[in-house]
Amino acid sequence: MPITVPAYGKEAAGRLASMADVTADDGALRRFLHGLPGVDAVGLEARAATLGTRSIKTTAKAYAIDLSISMIDLTTLEGADTQGKVRALCAKGSNPDPTDRTAPKVAAICVYPDMVATAKEALRNGGAPEIHVASVATAFPAGRAALPVKLADTRDAVAAGADEIDMVIDRGAFLSGRYMAVFEEIKAVKEACARPDGSAAHLKVIFETGELQTYDNVRRVSWLAMLAGADFIKTSTGKVAVNATPPVTLLMLEAVRDFHAATGVQVGVKPAGGIRTTKDALKYLVMVNETLGEPWLTADWFRFGASSLLNDLLMQRQKLSTGRYSGPDYVTVD
Amino acid sequence: MTFDYAPAPESRAVVDIAPSYGLFIDGEFAPASDGKVFKTVSPSSEESLSEVAQASAEDVDRAVKAARKAFEKWSALPGAERAKYLFRIARIIQERSRELAVLESLDNGKPIRESRDADLPLVAAHFFYYAGWADKLDHAGYGPNPRPLGVAGQVIPWNFPLLMLAWKIAPALATGNTVVLKPAETTPLSALFFADICRQAGLPKGVVNILTGDGSTGAALVGHPDINKVAFTGSTEVGKAIARTVAGTDKRVTLELGGKAANIVFDDAPIDQAVEGIVNGIFFNQGHVCCAGSRLLVQESVQDELLEALKRRMRTLRVGDPLDKNTDVGAINSAEQLARITALADAGEAEGAERWAPDCELPGSGYWFAPTLFTGVTQAHRIAREEIFGPVLSVLTFRTPAEAVEKANNTPYGLSAGIWTEKGSRMLWMASKLRAGVIWSNTFNKFDPASPFGGYKESGFGREGGRHGLEAYLNV
Repeated sequence: MPITVPAYGKEAAGRLASMADVTADDGALRRFLHGLPGVDAVGLEARAATLGTRSIKTTAKAYAIDLSISMIDLTTLEGADTQGKVRALCAKGSNPDPTDRTAPKVAAICVYPDMVATAKEALRNGGAPEIHVASVATAFPAGRAALPVKLADTRDAVAAGADEIDMVIDRGAFLSGRYMAVFEEIKAVKEACARPDGSAAHLKVIFETGELQTYDNVRRVSWLAMLAGADFIKTSTGKVAVNATPPVTLLMLEAVRDFHAATGVQVGVKPAGGIRTTKDALKYLVMVNETLGEPWLTADWFRFGASSLLNDLLMQRQKLSTGRYSGPDYVTVD
Repeated sequence: MTFDYAPAPESRAVVDIAPSYGLFIDGEFAPASDGKVFKTVSPSSEESLSEVAQASAEDVDRAVKAARKAFEKWSALPGAERAKYLFRIARIIQERSRELAVLESLDNGKPIRESRDADLPLVAAHFFYYAGWADKLDHAGYGPNPRPLGVAGQVIPWNFPLLMLAWKIAPALATGNTVVLKPAETTPLSALFFADICRQAGLPKGVVNILTGDGSTGAALVGHPDINKVAFTGSTEVGKAIARTVAGTDKRVTLELGGKAANIVFDDAPIDQAVEGIVNGIFFNQGHVCCAGSRLLVQESVQDELLEALKRRMRTLRVGDPLDKNTDVGAINSAEQLARITALADAGEAEGAERWAPDCELPGSGYWFAPTLFTGVTQAHRIAREEIFGPVLSVLTFRTPAEAVEKANNTPYGLSAGIWTEKGSRMLWMASKLRAGVIWSNTFNKFDPASPFGGYKESGFGREGGRHGLEAYLNV
């Protein structure tokens, strides 16, 4: 197996170049994606359900709760977002449990591009500059805009200080079989993530798996995005009826595992939307643990796109440390 | 820090095992006529769980007489009345499922995840299913008012103690027969708890009789002149002996015997799910499954990819305490079985197959065998022909669908088979060519009470489950 390199590192480009033949043209890309092993839906769902029966108790639970908190992209993506709301979210992410300073910080604050500067400033002023700011971009959530608009959206967010860009793919292009269009767009957005100093914002590619519908599509789009240079692959926007599910996430973890085996490139995974309880979060961590293992069990390589999940994790954390359930009035609502 | 799952043991407190148990005859527990007893141990710790009676030929006679006496009234009950008892039993099993699951894992060694999520739900489902048939026998396709056979002598194995009991007792009672059942020597406890459930359900005395004991008890039961039906699940060797015993009598027989199933993976298979299916096929219940997918037939063009994925998956199997909720593979049921598995695995190595097992620490006491894979196996190897009945997978390869069929069928057994392909036409073609009683496609080891189960060739005859399962207990 090739030596592991991070997807956002300099060496990754060389590794992807070794796969250049499959992305040479539309025909080659189509043949490659359609040549990937099929997915049996019943079997995939059964495996995800079985992993969901793992019993995570005591020390393992404490570890997993803290790990989950540290993996959250604490998110607000509303038309009604204001600077005040974003600042409050930043404060929450920096200090999730005011009654217990040992609670870890979240990984990132996820906002719309126009709130990036506000979030950066709030985190800096709040003494938590290490928390990343992730910005959705590329005409989120529908992605229905011309490429120049999407690239401008991305550059704007990067210029405002975004550490991470969560782009949406063109689902219409994917579903109509124009795989190369999707591939080129991801590559272009990746280039737009570059900063003048030579560094770059990390790129998360959102598939909106609820719209792609079939598991075969999810495996194909996962490979497509990774071949195009995605640093993370992400299930959903949180804006459609079906968001992250355990089987879809398991399938993406398997794609990441296979891509890593083929190229050595390590890519992260972010399920987003619909993960609200500690119980759910632990099921996802079990899937990561038993599919990808230790190297992915950090906020660098696995994230939860969530908002209400944090308070449930905090309540469970309090329960573990005090032995009592408190209640929703003992965690902050921001 | 790593994500190590802390121990998550299911509580033993839910089950109260008495220090000793008698035989359940005519609704009462009584010691064996000659007072003989034997111990039953937990295979994961070798701890003695209880002492049970060793039924003698005299006890068998008493039980058969009790069943004969009960038959008259039981068979005369309207089907709807018999159904009430069966529904009641099914509900009690559901209510007591945690207790029974823990008991089964203690006595058998299987992981609690399996006894809780597979065995017990299937046990209850089987009673519910046949309860539904009891008042519809006129419509089962055997003409109006089909008659029961009489007294059924039933002998069951140790791999799924309570589930095999359900497969035997539920259809027998639904059709109006009465039963004398002998659980396996190493796993008698859940059948004795079932006796208690019969009392709790108010089942008339003598309809169900449970005799614990060894092979001699089974032989006495099968050879008893006043039973009308023999139902046996177990080894082909014992099955043949039973067939000889009943030859020349008018006893009806169904035998569900061994297997050496082929799990066939084509190059267009859904690989990740095929790997899961292979693992479920051979490591479910420590491979103590008569329909286990113990021969993996993989198309040569995907052999390397598939084996690498399979080994990676096998490294994540958690072997250990059956009562830990995160255990995937539990203990081997007995020292005797462990010796047999060890001997066959050694023969595989001696005959030139390549042995592989993941690094896994096995507990110090009890009977354990690591999940094991043999590659480079040919049809000539013993591990490709003989039933191992343990967590040992033999990997063979094929080049074309015709060769896959030929190799899959080239066995004295014919209980089950698995086909993994995304191509529907090939799936159907294969299914029509394979000589096996159960064929799974893109899945393995899936059971449902509505689906008949049974074998070809040395895997036995007769069907259990579904409408077909009624026939074994009706005079048609």
